[in-house]
Amino acid sequence: MRNAFLRTAVGAGLVLVLAACGGDPTESTTGGGAAAGGDTIKVGLLHSLSGTMAISEVTVRDAELLAIEEINAAGGVLGKKLEPVVEDGASDWPTFAEKANKLISQDKVATVFGGWTSASRKAMLPVFERHKALLWYPVQYEGLESSPYIFYTGATTNQQIIPGLDYLKEQGKTKIFLVGSDYVFPRTANKIIKAYAAANGMTILGEEYTPLGHTEYSTLTNKVVQAKPDAVFNTLNGDSNVAFFKQLKSAGVTAESMPVLSVSVAEEEVTGIGVDNIVGHPVAWNYYQTTENAANTKFVAAFKAKYGDAKVTSDPMEAGYNAVYLWAEAVKKAGTTEVEAVKKASGGIALERPEGLVTIDGETQHMYKTARIGIIQPDGLIKEVWNSGEPIKPDPYLKSYPWAGSLAS
Amino acid sequence: MTATLEKPPVAEAPVKEPRDWRGPALFALVAVIGLVVMPLVLEPFRLGLLAKYLTYAIVALGIGLAWGQGGMLTLGQGVFFGLGGYAMGMHLKLNDAGDGLPDFMVWSGVETLPALWEPFRNPVFAIAMVVVVPGAVAWLLGTLVFRQRVRGAYFAILTQALAAAMVILLVGQQGLTGGTNGLTNFFEFFGRDVAADSTQRGLYFTVAIVLGVLFVGAWQLQRSRFGRLLLAVRDGEDRVRFLGYNPATVKTITFTISAVMAGIAGALFVPVVGIISPALLGVVPSLELVVAVAVGGRFALAGAVLGAVLMGYAKTYFSEELPDAWLYLQGALFILVIGLAPKGIIGFFRRKDVAA
Repeated sequence: MRNAFLRTAVGAGLVLVLAACGGDPTESTTGGGAAAGGDTIKVGLLHSLSGTMAISEVTVRDAELLAIEEINAAGGVLGKKLEPVVEDGASDWPTFAEKANKLISQDKVATVFGGWTSASRKAMLPVFERHKALLWYPVQYEGLESSPYIFYTGATTNQQIIPGLDYLKEQGKTKIFLVGSDYVFPRTANKIIKAYAAANGMTILGEEYTPLGHTEYSTLTNKVVQAKPDAVFNTLNGDSNVAFFKQLKSAGVTAESMPVLSVSVAEEEVTGIGVDNIVGHPVAWNYYQTTENAANTKFVAAFKAKYGDAKVTSDPMEAGYNAVYLWAEAVKKAGTTEVEAVKKASGGIALERPEGLVTIDGETQHMYKTARIGIIQPDGLIKEVWNSGEPIKPDPYLKSYPWAGSLAS
Repeated sequence: MTATLEKPPVAEAPVKEPRDWRGPALFALVAVIGLVVMPLVLEPFRLGLLAKYLTYAIVALGIGLAWGQGGMLTLGQGVFFGLGGYAMGMHLKLNDAGDGLPDFMVWSGVETLPALWEPFRNPVFAIAMVVVVPGAVAWLLGTLVFRQRVRGAYFAILTQALAAAMVILLVGQQGLTGGTNGLTNFFEFFGRDVAADSTQRGLYFTVAIVLGVLFVGAWQLQRSRFGRLLLAVRDGEDRVRFLGYNPATVKTITFTISAVMAGIAGALFVPVVGIISPALLGVVPSLELVVAVAVGGRFALAGAVLGAVLMGYAKTYFSEELPDAWLYLQGALFILVIGLAPKGIIGFFRRKDVAA
């Protein structure tokens, strides 16, 4: 047989792969339990390193690695160094659940920093709740959630969307058009926006959704232009923004005639969209690279030193970077990495972060954050034009807003 | 690319020969490994992953039957997997919600339970739907397209379009289906805590046994007169028609069986993995399974099962070892196997037998 050798080789290769799979658990168990003993504390980093979300999530992972490096350089936590275990969520929600399970039960990590999309968080939530393990989720989201095993270091709706609406109202923009990607965050955000509009004398002229990754926006742009809104509230995600803003520009829409307020476009995305297409439009976040304070100067310098001068920092990256510091602070306060003790110690922890003072609200496990509206500058950075003055108490269920009564259960 | 462009192995004439015990012996060996060795050796997390691969293997078995035996390249098995999965997911969600609404309806602003959901409270109805809905959809589709003699690339494109359309439908109806998130966060599975190790262990045995039973069924079908006819349809549809058989009926039946298998797999997947979402039934996962069948060897049912388990393992293993570059390895494995063995792993080892 001419191919006898090849056949044996492939067979042997397959056996090796399977054997290696079988061997994996033993390898992990020897390293496991590091949270309790050993010289290091294992922490999991679970973001999409492949697939459509990779472009955004890799930057958050990088920021988290930077935080781990800095904490280790300063002596670690409880005298031990942090050891990151990186996994790929692959932009696929069941994979997030599988990898979360792996980090908890195989690697026995002390905590996990991870996720970006709401869907990935929803998929991981049962895994963390059943194993009574901790997840730090670093991205602004649609609210209406408060898991006892998740810390939310990004904004909830009353720290981003509602301030964004307050800003538009202040500017006298009362006729709004809603444009979003078709998934949970935009749909829930728009429900909140409609309730706000009804209570604040604003009119919603239209509400349009396109599938994630959609790039054909001429029809939608025509609809928007014909409706003649004062402003557009944009919850599109990812690549779609590139096509949408290009189309708007070629339809003659300028930031002066019809500002488009985005809640998913940060410094990182501005580069992708092309500054020319989006300059002058407002965005709503809690942090910009240009936010002025000592902690941010240090963060931006350290990030550029580690990853290159051309890199920008953005809100979700900063929230991921904060998550590591906040967890480390809670562990120091608790004197252990044990989950219940860390949760108990976390309430009221306040740190000066690049976005300003961040305090953990023990009850909801969300953060007090300052809302900031910024305008995109010709150099691609974002200049703050409005802020809430002080950190806003997180209210994921919008209980303190009478008009939102019908939204939450 | 269509299945008919390649030259499949010639269907052997039904020669009477002494019964070959090697097949059943191998089956028994694999069954012992699956039902005794694996549960003893693997820890709960790994056993759960194996259960997941075995649900994929059930889908692959159906693809092996439809594509390998019947020449119908179906790129939309995810649709049937999803229909089965959602039927099960809806029941579990309602069961957990009790008198209230499922969690995602609350945050999607749905105030009363949609009429479509109500009957899924009944476990018997839900389990029946796992089989009936995918079967009915496949039957309808098969009846429509096979009678029109839609085949080859056109059939493949049609099934793929169906998968894409299904995803858009599910994502768009957030209040009804949970949108992109899908259905997740299940607590109870027929009176047991779904996350408990003992439940997961029981689920593993259930999946393994279901796969074994379906495999034996498919094997018998393949050996039967119907199986011969199916091969004949694959290799020369027009000739079969001239002989007085109706190829459309043969194909519709086979396609329906493969869809029902995918539906059962989807229903088992939900309690094992704890989620069903549009991401699991779109074009990419449907293609991944066809790739797995090609890797394992599409002309043998065992090849389909082997391919699904192997590709599942490879995905987990590569992604754990090299989270930044595992996709390249996965792709390389596919190219390597198909490059060296166009008939898949089973075809590679079997060639000697066929030649002899």
